[in-house]
Amino acid sequence: MSVATTVGIVVALFLPAFEFFGEISIVDFITGTEWTPLFTPSSFGVLPLIAGTMLVVVCASLVCIPFGLGAAIYLSEYARARTRKFLKPALEILAGIPTVVYGYFALTFVTPRLQELGLPVGVFSALAAGLVMGVMLLPTVASVSEDAMAAVPRDLRDGAYALGSTKYQVATRIVVPAAISGIIASFVLAISRAVGETMIVLIAAGGQPNWSWNPLEAVQTMTAFIAATGQGDVPTGSVEYKTIFAVGATLFVMTLIMNLISIRLVRKYREVYE
Amino acid sequence: MNAVPGRLGHGAQRSKWAGRVFLGFLWLSLAVGFVTLGALLVQVFAQGYKWVDAVLFFEPPSTDPLIAGAEPAILATIFLGLLLLAFTVPLGVGTAIYLEEYANRERWYNRLLEVNIQNLAAVPSIVYGILGLAFLVRGLGLGRVLLAGAMILTLLVLPTVIIAAREAIRAVPDSIRQGAYALGATKWQVVWRQVLPASIPGIATGSILALSRALGETAPLLLVGALTYVAFNPTILGEFTALPVQIYQWVARPQDEFRTLAASAIIVLLGILLTLNAFAIWLRNRYERRW
Repeated sequence: MSVATTVGIVVALFLPAFEFFGEISIVDFITGTEWTPLFTPSSFGVLPLIAGTMLVVVCASLVCIPFGLGAAIYLSEYARARTRKFLKPALEILAGIPTVVYGYFALTFVTPRLQELGLPVGVFSALAAGLVMGVMLLPTVASVSEDAMAAVPRDLRDGAYALGSTKYQVATRIVVPAAISGIIASFVLAISRAVGETMIVLIAAGGQPNWSWNPLEAVQTMTAFIAATGQGDVPTGSVEYKTIFAVGATLFVMTLIMNLISIRLVRKYREVYE
Repeated sequence: MNAVPGRLGHGAQRSKWAGRVFLGFLWLSLAVGFVTLGALLVQVFAQGYKWVDAVLFFEPPSTDPLIAGAEPAILATIFLGLLLLAFTVPLGVGTAIYLEEYANRERWYNRLLEVNIQNLAAVPSIVYGILGLAFLVRGLGLGRVLLAGAMILTLLVLPTVIIAAREAIRAVPDSIRQGAYALGATKWQVVWRQVLPASIPGIATGSILALSRALGETAPLLLVGALTYVAFNPTILGEFTALPVQIYQWVARPQDEFRTLAASAIIVLLGILLTLNAFAIWLRNRYERRW
């Protein structure tokens, strides 16, 4: 069944995508900076969508990587067993909230707060979507990193303490380096989720493909384009219908590569200590 | 010689401060998560609580926010949930039993299957939506119906259910299996009467958590065409909308009244999901067995 799904995904994405590239040159697709498939004259450069995605992902990473790692270090090295038992599930509630709710939150709460701070953001911005996405991914980074740190043998910590290290030194110079592959895996996993996340960006980042690196502007991501185009009644077989698959295939390849890296890294640290 | 203790003392002082700053940063990290969670809940409840009423539960959506409700969406979400359980549990448990009890780990195709399942669990949900659009809605000619939505959500959470069921089955100690074999049980009897009953709590917990994740999904349903305006109650082969899709549609409107409506629908959705999660945790605590 799961093999059938994979084959299904690959066939479903790539067949129409190939047809698309039969009509539109793949070079134009990858290097073009105009994305206006629904207008005439249409133009199919995917770069604005990738730039939009990257902009949101960078904002999200700036939140989830430092704070996710901080939360993981606290849970693994500082918190007492009882505190951890309470804090960990509480933090995981964040991961269980539907993304459409985060979208609502970004639009009705975060954007007005950013405006109050004096930032010139419009109703839609990559920044608001990215910040909220970062918080959503915080538990992902925290829990995968914490698992990696928990796998670091006690002996290493005890050895460092015996040499007179403080808790801070043990955490930053012993535990984090020893668990580094698992920690990086958690970053990669979070980034891959951020790339594939749809609803927050669809609601809060806007719908304008924008070839820009300014996070205060509205952007359209690959996922938001797919959702916005696919929910309408696009005729089967039209070029617009095929763009969904071309963009979807690009997205699938990007996340697949990141997931493979992450799985390999997780396996690597497991081999070391078990 | 004098300089050495001085330098040491200075270093200790500095590392003490570094330790404090670091701990402060760790607290800040946790606070970022919890403060956001709090702000989110406060925002939703403050805006939406007054419209969680009979209108929301028993009226169809409307262009007039004052009389608009979410009855079709709520019912469709419940239907989707029931169909999902009916599809995912047998398939997920079947695959898990095969992988844990029957599959030979050394064979390349079984290893491929495992990596595959791990990868599938991380494919973006919108990609499943594309699959549903291409195969179920257009390819099979199923149309934009509730069944297509349920099937695509099934594919989406199946890897999660398989992984949870495998862990539950793996937690059953081998001594149970050996004991049953020693009494002359066949492989089928061992799996069906010993392993499976012992792993039911774990499987149930995993399935319910997967269910709650699926019911909060919006993106794949948008693509299989959970119509944004449905004024009638859903049937399995009829057009449908779902609670998250309804929320999205309301949020996307610029008027404040619709945002308020979205907030009250979010309260209902969070209520359903939290109940499911609480039930799963209760199940785990109630029936968890230590071998």
